Amino acid sequence: MKIKALKAAFPHTIPILTAFAFLGMAYGLYTRVSGLGFVYPLMMSTAIFGGSLEFVTVTMLLSPFAPVQALLMALLIQARHMFYGIAMLDRYRGMGLKKYYLIFAMCDETFSINCTADIPEDVDRGWFYFFVSLLNQSYWVISAVTGNLLGGFIDLNIQGIDFVMTAMFVVIFLNQWFKEKRHLSSWIGLAVSVLCLIVFGPDSFLIPAMVCIIALLTFLRKPIEGGEDKV
Amino acid sequence: MTLFQQILTIAICAIGTMTTRFLPFIVFFRGEETPKYIQYLGKALPGAIFGMLIVYCLKNVSVLTYSYGLPELIGIAVTAVLHIWKRKTLLSIAAGTAVYMLLIQFVF
Repeated sequence: MKIKALKAAFPHTIPILTAFAFLGMAYGLYTRVSGLGFVYPLMMSTAIFGGSLEFVTVTMLLSPFAPVQALLMALLIQARHMFYGIAMLDRYRGMGLKKYYLIFAMCDETFSINCTADIPEDVDRGWFYFFVSLLNQSYWVISAVTGNLLGGFIDLNIQGIDFVMTAMFVVIFLNQWFKEKRHLSSWIGLAVSVLCLIVFGPDSFLIPAMVCIIALLTFLRKPIEGGEDKV
Repeated sequence: MTLFQQILTIAICAIGTMTTRFLPFIVFFRGEETPKYIQYLGKALPGAIFGMLIVYCLKNVSVLTYSYGLPELIGIAVTAVLHIWKRKTLLSIAAGTAVYMLLIQFVF
């Protein structure tokens, strides 16, 4: 039963394998360039398992200790996972102990597959979800650690590899942009952050920016929602 | 940052992540309807968050001193144009990063 589910799950994860091999290695290299040993990407990719936040965590590790900002940052960057959870409430029901791992490891990519995949009737759904989650996390952890270790050996000039994080957010931002009917929220995110950066400086602009974003989105709920209703 | 503070920072990020992943299953385990305001934030927040994250990545770029943020601007432009044109996530990220690396290693 498990082997069958694994065989059914693996083909669905191949695109993720490609993506994670590249991003995970880049992340691993980034941790190496930032002066962190392989234990750091190993810990972060295992315990956090959320690409964007893990990149940001590296920046946090290199900045002064700021636990409240770290928690707020984690909650805000990962807030979208709450909505994945809402979408998966029924699918993950009655999965026994596996359920805890399924929820633990529900990154964007795993959610996308488990939410949309057509699972054959004769394959156990629970184990299918489980192997998709496990395979995806394995790709990520292995790539991240490999990237970090290779960074110590290869004599390649990788100055500037940290830009992969900026490029990744530009692409995610655009993907989000393509999905939106109105772009008020995206503009708010950019404009408020730039303003707060100018006013508060690079080390303390995030919390004011996050508060202003939540406040503005709350005040502008009508125009933003009005935009979404129009097809 | 001390080693203990580093471990704590990683733990906090993990706890924050797990809070967002487990919360719906804890709050809505009976299948009650999600409050409208939360549903709204779920739709509206991502755009703003990713905009904020781009700015966060660029927070230490100085536009008033050499190289005036030009490598970053060009790198982002390449990433964005390629992505709007081809919509291939990995290609856009790889090309933008490669251009940026070449720029800061050989040009600026």
